[in-house]
Amino acid sequence: MVKVIFKNAELEIPGNITIRALITDLGLNPQSVLAVKDGKLVNNETRLGHQGEVKLISVISGG
Amino acid sequence: MHRCRRCAADSVINMRQHRLALCEAHFVEWIEQITLRFIKKHRMFEPDDRILVAVSGGKDSLSLWRILLKLGFQADGLYMDLGIDAGCSYSKRSGEYVEKFAQNLSPNVKLHVLDVADIYGKTVPEMASLRRGGKKKSCSVCGLVKRHEMNRVARELGYTVLATGHNLDDEAAVLFGNVLHWEAEYLVRQSPMLPADGVGLTKRAKPLARFYERETAAYAIICNIEYMQEECPFSVGATSLRLKEVLNSMENSSPGTKLQFYFSFLRAKENSLLPEGQRPELRSCERCGQATGAPGLCAFCRLLEPARAASRLGQD
Repeated sequence: MVKVIFKNAELEIPGNITIRALITDLGLNPQSVLAVKDGKLVNNETRLGHQGEVKLISVISGG
Repeated sequence: MHRCRRCAADSVINMRQHRLALCEAHFVEWIEQITLRFIKKHRMFEPDDRILVAVSGGKDSLSLWRILLKLGFQADGLYMDLGIDAGCSYSKRSGEYVEKFAQNLSPNVKLHVLDVADIYGKTVPEMASLRRGGKKKSCSVCGLVKRHEMNRVARELGYTVLATGHNLDDEAAVLFGNVLHWEAEYLVRQSPMLPADGVGLTKRAKPLARFYERETAAYAIICNIEYMQEECPFSVGATSLRLKEVLNSMENSSPGTKLQFYFSFLRAKENSLLPEGQRPELRSCERCGQATGAPGLCAFCRLLEPARAASRLGQD
């Protein structure tokens, strides 16, 4: 299982899907977030793998 | 998996609008090279300029400060404590990120810190509450205070250029909003570089205005810049964020939309396709001496007028 963190929420994802699929499954826009897997920035085609931690970081700022 | 275009290592970012995937090292190099090219193209500043970078503790401004120093420019920082608390100590925590970043810089690089409430007796949310509309006006009041104070500090301390971390998403959202409302005067003024004028406005530059927000965030993450990831509590529901969402939705289905929108606008301006229109004649504010298009007081001094009047009544 891979632990996925976005803002204050955490969830466990079983499947070895791509980051892009994860982002869209969560209803997010791939333009609006970046993924850091086990501390390293990864592109959206990277697969989650079967363990570790992925943090999704919102890149939108301003007001 | 996309490979880095330059070295065939695993890429960490794929910029579909440029059809360019890069690894960490080549992405950092690309950002810095393109920034330098953009600075030169728009004649933002020269190596002998003294640059004041407005730093908020966010990804854009801290990345900008790092890039300018790495490119060899003389760049000091200015952090403004706006007094935004909203139950999460927002300004205080933002300032801590800036201070931490500045601690790792060369000792000859300065960080100026100013506290708006110390100087004017009111925080930005308190100033916003003086206006009709209260909280709804927080963002516009915040922008007004920041522009006034950045310019004041730059003038007083002898900086020749003010640099801000606006990215392409910021600029495209502003452009989108101005087009929706046909704000012709604002369209004419929107530019990655605004020259100094004789009335006291310091030259202003936005060296990161050709990068997507995603790219400035990626730069900050790769360079291990610790930054404030939380949004300003007052920005919830802000129009600019909604405009960004719309643009990102279009970008996702049609890569390059934001880039084309902004750069086509800049080209149209360069080719004089936008009428210059009537620019208000600038004069000095009667109270603070800064430039204003209105007779008498500038917008900032007008904002503080009710508080000053109340304080005068209290003294009587």
